Amino acid sequence: MQVRFWGTRGSIPAALTARSVREKLIAALTHSSGQDVSTPEKAAAFADTLPFALTHTFGGNSSCVELRSEGAGRVLLDMGSGARPAAGDALRELKGKPGEFDVFMSHLHWDHIMGFPFFTPAYIPGHTIRIHGCHKELEHAFRRQQDAPSFPVGFDMMGSKREFVVLETGRTYEIAGYRVTAKLQAHGGDSYGYRFERDGKVLVYTTDSEHKLENAEETEGFIEFFRDADLVIFDAMYSLADAISVKEDWGHSSNVVGVELCQLARVKHLVLFHHEPAYDDATIERVWRETQRLEEITRDEHPVKVTAAYDGLEVTL
Amino acid sequence: MELTERRAGSAVVLAPAGRIDMGTADKLKERLLPLVSEAGKSGHGVVLDFAAVDYISSAGLRVLMLAAKDARAAGGKIAVAALQPLVNEIFQISRFDKVLPCHASVDEAVAAVEAKT
Repeated sequence: MQVRFWGTRGSIPAALTARSVREKLIAALTHSSGQDVSTPEKAAAFADTLPFALTHTFGGNSSCVELRSEGAGRVLLDMGSGARPAAGDALRELKGKPGEFDVFMSHLHWDHIMGFPFFTPAYIPGHTIRIHGCHKELEHAFRRQQDAPSFPVGFDMMGSKREFVVLETGRTYEIAGYRVTAKLQAHGGDSYGYRFERDGKVLVYTTDSEHKLENAEETEGFIEFFRDADLVIFDAMYSLADAISVKEDWGHSSNVVGVELCQLARVKHLVLFHHEPAYDDATIERVWRETQRLEEITRDEHPVKVTAAYDGLEVTL
Repeated sequence: MELTERRAGSAVVLAPAGRIDMGTADKLKERLLPLVSEAGKSGHGVVLDFAAVDYISSAGLRVLMLAAKDARAAGGKIAVAALQPLVNEIFQISRFDKVLPCHASVDEAVAAVEAKT
């Protein structure tokens, strides 16, 4: 199972500014003083010694993750602005052949649907796009965002075959070659996490999910949902202190709770996701390193790898 | 987790020992929140002596958040003292060092909650 991250930012896309790029460049050049960077290979080797946030960006597209497995269908998780580059990549790979896409929606807030009007295959006859979700307003939300005056191309003007499939929680479905189970999560208007299983590998996608910490039964439910997963993509938008005080009931979680749940559920790899749009790359890297440290100092015998998602990240399970 | 309580000057010092996690956080909550409420009424401060706390989870930190909110509402003062290095790191990573004043020693924390503002 291969997981590709096309959009990892929470709430609204956040672009890197010219000033940020310049600051990164100046810092990298300063670090390079006295180093041999005379060839691309030597420069690349030197760049690998610098902090991730200096040589990369975590990216700014909103939620969209792709699942690929040999012999399985194309699966996309959410249709945030990351769906636009995901579409371009799929069309390049399809080389004019018709494609089938199974999309799973965590919920219908704007940052999770805004990429669909820019999802090029939706406009091309021959492609089939099945949008799965647990909200009964699934189709309405997609249609409405393309109504005038919000968008110039109406939903019915798209040339592909589009279907909406409303799923139920607590049931396991066979979709696109995966066993899929949905779980209700705490978020304004509800959100749903998905557990995907195939060939003995397990991925859990759980974004826009607040954990209240006051109900042991609820916590146990999430531990079971995450149980023995190879990868958990987790909403770690806020610090714990913010998530349970000034941002309580905003529907998001923290890196601290992500580590705890993954440790209790014996998860192998935790990916921090849905980054706060106000955070710059250095701040996201700091949260990532602190989370790795937290996992290390609170670990029993079970290690959990911790990664901060970025646009372009690929993970093979 | 064990809980002991003592007076230090005009402050009440509550000292948990062991792990504060999902299984023990309620025990801390049941003792700490009434203490904060009483202290608010009497004008006394509350100090949490964490010298013997080995670990605190999000469930435990949530109890501290409730106590901090209650203390603020009641006009009382609460502080944490003598964090072990590991617990100190958990406070920093969770940003709880910004929620509650953390002091190196109980004496220092007692002096801080007794100080007139």
